[in-house]
Amino acid sequence: MRNGMLKAVLPLLLLIAGATSARAEGSEADFKTAYAAAEAANKEAGALRNQWTTTAATLAEAKKSADAGEFGKATASAREAEALAKASIFQATSEKERWKDMEIR
Amino acid sequence: MRPRSAIQLASAALALAMLACAAPAGATDKVDPVADAKAFKKFFTDKFPKVKLEDFVNGPYSMNEDLHRQWEEKEQFPPYEFSLEMGKEMFSKPFRNGKSFEDCFPNKGIGIRQNYPYFDEKEGKVVTLELALNRCREANGEPAFSYVRDEMAALTAYMAFTSRGKPFDIKIPNDPRALEAYQKGKEYFYTRRGQLNFSCATCHVQSPGERIRAEVLAPALGILNAMPIYRSEWSGMGTTSRRFTTCNSQIRGVPLNPQDDEYRNLEYYLSYVSNGLPISGPGARP
Amino acid sequence: MASTIRVRATSSGETTEVQALIQHPMDSGFVKDAKGEIIPPHFIQQLTFEYDGKPVFSADWGGGVSKDPYVKFAFKGAKKGDDLKVSWVDNKGATDTTTAKIQ
Repeated sequence: MRNGMLKAVLPLLLLIAGATSARAEGSEADFKTAYAAAEAANKEAGALRNQWTTTAATLAEAKKSADAGEFGKATASAREAEALAKASIFQATSEKERWKDMEIR
Repeated sequence: MRPRSAIQLASAALALAMLACAAPAGATDKVDPVADAKAFKKFFTDKFPKVKLEDFVNGPYSMNEDLHRQWEEKEQFPPYEFSLEMGKEMFSKPFRNGKSFEDCFPNKGIGIRQNYPYFDEKEGKVVTLELALNRCREANGEPAFSYVRDEMAALTAYMAFTSRGKPFDIKIPNDPRALEAYQKGKEYFYTRRGQLNFSCATCHVQSPGERIRAEVLAPALGILNAMPIYRSEWSGMGTTSRRFTTCNSQIRGVPLNPQDDEYRNLEYYLSYVSNGLPISGPGARP
Repeated sequence: MASTIRVRATSSGETTEVQALIQHPMDSGFVKDAKGEIIPPHFIQQLTFEYDGKPVFSADWGGGVSKDPYVKFAFKGAKKGDDLKVSWVDNKGATDTTTAKIQ
């Protein structure tokens, strides 16, 4: 039941979150949290030897926006970088078994 | 936002799936390189019945008639000639301490390329030709060359040339560490990576002879036999290390360092499954 | 120092087929190096093949020709044992020349 409610509310929450970060004066604190999370995820991907070049590029974009004071944009980029990093972790983890599907036997 | 929740959903789905199925049937845990190599060759010869086994080493040129014609012409005046000459000179030129590369290799480095990579039982790791060349330099007080630039390419071009025609002869000693290195190399080959989610197999097992953008893809069988290669794309000579690292970045994966364990193991696996096919290096590619 | 020009000319019947590979960076002047600075233009501008004192093939090149260019062409009126002279001049004024025997 609670899950059902969450499912209904989730899109709304995301929309609010999205709307908040779209506003130009996103906070520096928001950015720092998002960037730290993205970096941590990318580091984990590095330990799995599977970082994506696009993750690094998006992190760099985030930093550049932050340096220019555009924290809303920077936070959005940092969140995207975190998503990319997490996708690369998922890829590395699932491929540990799935590679066998491709193997010539 | 959406990717994040999609990933969470996907992770949950995967966890469920893994609980639901038992270990995939037919996936044996015993490493059998001999069987692997046999299956590997059969896969490609079945797929391309008109290509002779030894011609697989010519990659895209054996996959496309027009390319083959152009390549035959080019071989009369190959673009790797300058690099080859440079490599020959470099090989016998003395280091500051008077020794040269000739002193580091059996038979002065002539006609031995087909034995690399090999498993070094003392070190417990795979040693590739490029690694051996740089170790020779360092052992004689010289700085190592970059693995992805002209000097290393010239040296390996020369060594490959002296072994032209000789069949790949990679050995896997009866040592669990060697088998593990081989297996890891195989795993790397089939593992998808990078944002484009390609494995080496995606192009070189699933799609040889087909195109990726304007390039015709080479089959994985015999793919290292022509290394190092003069690539028109690079307007120059490139080593195996260069190819591995650039391929990783092309599929949007951050490359590892040249000669990292994963690459050494990959080279070990790919060379072993091409045992018996002739060294054709140095090569030229589009 | 070794010549930058490799040339092979073979005659069969009336026709002589010529192939040449020339070692030259052929920098167009539009490419940047790793530091982000333009690599200055450095390319062959004039390439000439002469037989019996007369040009049988000449090329006016620019930066659009790739590194280590390869040329192939055929001409009539030569026979085995004759000389074929090849020379180039680049935008920096450097030159190289070589003479090959037609086989």
